[in-house]
Amino acid sequence: MTTALSPSAESASVSRLTIGVFLFRLRAFIALLILMGIFTLLTRSFFTTENLIILVGQTAINAIMAVGMTFVILTGGIDLSVGSTVGLAAMVSGLLIDRGLELPMFGIVVYFNVPAIIVLVLCLGILVGAFNGLLVTRFNVAPFIATLGTLYVARGLAQLSNGGATFPNLVGNPGLGNTGFPILGAGTILGIPIVIWIMILFTALGWFVAGKTPFGRQVYAVGGNERAAELSGIYVQRIKMAVYMICGMCAAMTGLVTASQLVAAHPATGESYELNAIAAVVLGGTSLAGGRGTIWGTLIGALVIGVLTNGLVLLGVQEFWKKVITGLVIILAVVLDQLQARLQQRLALKRG
Amino acid sequence: MSSPSPSTQRDISQNDVVLAAESIRKVFPGTTALDRVNFNVYRGKVNVLVGENGAGKSTLMKILAGVELPTSGRLLMDGHEVTFRNTREASKAGVGIIYQELNLFPNLNIAENIFAGREITRIDVVDHGAQEKLARKILDRLEQPLSPRTLVSDLRMGQQQIVEIAKALSQNVRVLIMDEPTSALTAAETEALFQIIADLKAHGVAIVYISHKLEELLRIGDHITVLRDGKFAAEAPAADVDITWIIEKMVGRTVRTPSRAHGAVKHSGKELLKVHDLTLPREGKGFTLRRVSFSLYEGEILAIYGLMGAGRTELFECLMGLHAEATGEITLAGKVLRREPIFDRIASGITLVPEDRQRLGLVQQLSVAQNITLASLRHYLRSFWISDREEHDAVTRMIKELAIKVRSPQQPITSLSGGNQQKVVVAKSLLTRPKVLLLDEPTRGIDVGAKAEIFQIINRLANEGLGILFVSSELPEVLAIPDRVLVLSRGRVTGAFDHSEATEELLVRASSAHRQTDLLGVEETGIRDHLTPGMHN
Repeated sequence: MTTALSPSAESASVSRLTIGVFLFRLRAFIALLILMGIFTLLTRSFFTTENLIILVGQTAINAIMAVGMTFVILTGGIDLSVGSTVGLAAMVSGLLIDRGLELPMFGIVVYFNVPAIIVLVLCLGILVGAFNGLLVTRFNVAPFIATLGTLYVARGLAQLSNGGATFPNLVGNPGLGNTGFPILGAGTILGIPIVIWIMILFTALGWFVAGKTPFGRQVYAVGGNERAAELSGIYVQRIKMAVYMICGMCAAMTGLVTASQLVAAHPATGESYELNAIAAVVLGGTSLAGGRGTIWGTLIGALVIGVLTNGLVLLGVQEFWKKVITGLVIILAVVLDQLQARLQQRLALKRG
Repeated sequence: MSSPSPSTQRDISQNDVVLAAESIRKVFPGTTALDRVNFNVYRGKVNVLVGENGAGKSTLMKILAGVELPTSGRLLMDGHEVTFRNTREASKAGVGIIYQELNLFPNLNIAENIFAGREITRIDVVDHGAQEKLARKILDRLEQPLSPRTLVSDLRMGQQQIVEIAKALSQNVRVLIMDEPTSALTAAETEALFQIIADLKAHGVAIVYISHKLEELLRIGDHITVLRDGKFAAEAPAADVDITWIIEKMVGRTVRTPSRAHGAVKHSGKELLKVHDLTLPREGKGFTLRRVSFSLYEGEILAIYGLMGAGRTELFECLMGLHAEATGEITLAGKVLRREPIFDRIASGITLVPEDRQRLGLVQQLSVAQNITLASLRHYLRSFWISDREEHDAVTRMIKELAIKVRSPQQPITSLSGGNQQKVVVAKSLLTRPKVLLLDEPTRGIDVGAKAEIFQIINRLANEGLGILFVSSELPEVLAIPDRVLVLSRGRVTGAFDHSEATEELLVRASSAHRQTDLLGVEETGIRDHLTPGMHN
């Protein structure tokens, strides 16, 4: 031993580091609890059933997208097009309810019922994702640029779909059999809004797929070391394709929910949502470099943003300050992420 | 041959030591690269640093040049303690370094390269005139009739090296570190370099010289320092020692690679892998692999020996299906391989343990267990998810079979030593249930004990009927382990030897042969030889 530490002191410092790393891992969760504690103390209306349901409902919109985004970021990619996909999905669901699907060659208009519309719109999301995936895998476009392009394309298509106008009053027509769309956004099961159930479903599915299936493991491997993954017989391109498709589907789900909540589809729906989704993923401890992160972390990240937004509103903090504070929290999260990496390396060194 | 002990050596020439490394320790996650190493650099002498791959030469060199900071220990320059936090600080103190891979800008001219990063300026504008004048002065001193305005991309390798030397001289270098400076040079260029080195010595510049070419070291070296497994092994004046002494100190003991019972399985097993006329064109012109043909039998260990750039790694890459542009026929267990992706090749029974563990073998973010099962996940499926129990069983089995030292299968892969990381990569490959195992430099950068263990594993696997193909550039390994040795040189098979007939001399000669005709006297020409002139350079 050339170091001055005695063996016992060294092992003590190792265990101190271990605890440090452990607490660091839980930092998003700890931050969530602290924030909730602060807002509960400062406002009377924060910790009430009504407000918490509103809060989680607001969070759900972001969390559903963020689950898909987590998969993309785990492979080391990024998807900037989700916000536009939300808008496009909302507009297409509005179009299908309001106008139906025109088939000029047959001279007919097909109206779908609501479940069919949901399936169609989700497929549309998958298609947008497939487009992104194709650009990234086949044409070797950097994910940032490919999805930036799609951001514009999808938003433009959303605006084109009704000449820039809103599809209002999406209650459907009993004669056409397409009523019931607003239930998605406003309905409840067991007293809990359907939106929250959807969030729970997507998060649970995401957790299962990421943590328990070969596909999930391969997503981590591709993000961690693409070349090694390839040599291990992983179809790297297929995995990448799939994560963008998952992400597109999650964005489409968010679009459906948003349009349903408003009972209207506006072409600007979901503008800048991609940033909220990325923020949730990063706050949840997922590394933008890929290979490290969890779906639970993302859910907690989305909740942190939700609590922050909700609590600051209740406190009457000005909108502009809200942005400053949210931004600082995100920066803090990334700084802590770097610290964790350093801490873990030190731990590995001491044990080595 | 005996050597004077390091301490007396230091007493004699204490005043001549310009740079001294004392008790240098450098720890990386998982490995100790240097363990209390002492190294003296003598003024106006060629100080040779020698050791096997992974002995710590390059780490020590990086510490002297300010690329890495030591974990502990100190550097003394003219007897005063110094700390080099970066290469800039080192070069300010007069320590320069020339890497094996030269660090030049091919798109800039000689003068611009010499002064890159420390341009001579007049009112914040680069003074090209002054730079070129100074550059010419240095080139004159090196007796090089080159114009400072020549683009570096227009220079030959040897000339580029001289530009690097000129760059170091322009910074008033007192200690010049040269890492394998002759590896890319022709014989004439090497002679010219030795002239320059002699001239630098005469001017009092201390040279730290790193090379694998032992004869060369004895020819131009003044002091020889041997490292072994990250530790100081010996130091002696070059005049007092010979090649045998160096090898003895490098290896530490007589050949330690386990051999095996040869001839038992050879050729009696069925043919597992047949490669016929495998050709891989090189980008631009020529070939990386040229009509390579061989067979591998059940239970056979076949080594592929060759120098850097002989096409060994590329051969493995072709076998794994990484090069769509390769031509020729590969037959695996009677089945001709077409353009399958790697997944299908692995499924049909061929798997690769790549040379570069960190970059190609492991996923650093995953745990030991997750790395072990990465290539064989489909074997642990329960409907469509991974069965924890089956995965765990497979992991525990491999950890036991290969004696991987882990505290827990869930620990991060980066916390393992090099040898254990290598075993993890081997375990990953074995779980794909291969018939043919490709090992690319399986012992690179791992300690002696782990090397022996890896070879025990290889022997056992061959006895179980696997066909094993392994690439190595270490002669003792190639002579001790395999049933047959195939020698590659510049993309061609230039020799094939049975274990009994392979000797060091034969292998070395074959590995530097330019073509098969040089060695065997067999005429071997293809139509493409005529279509593509100049492919043998």
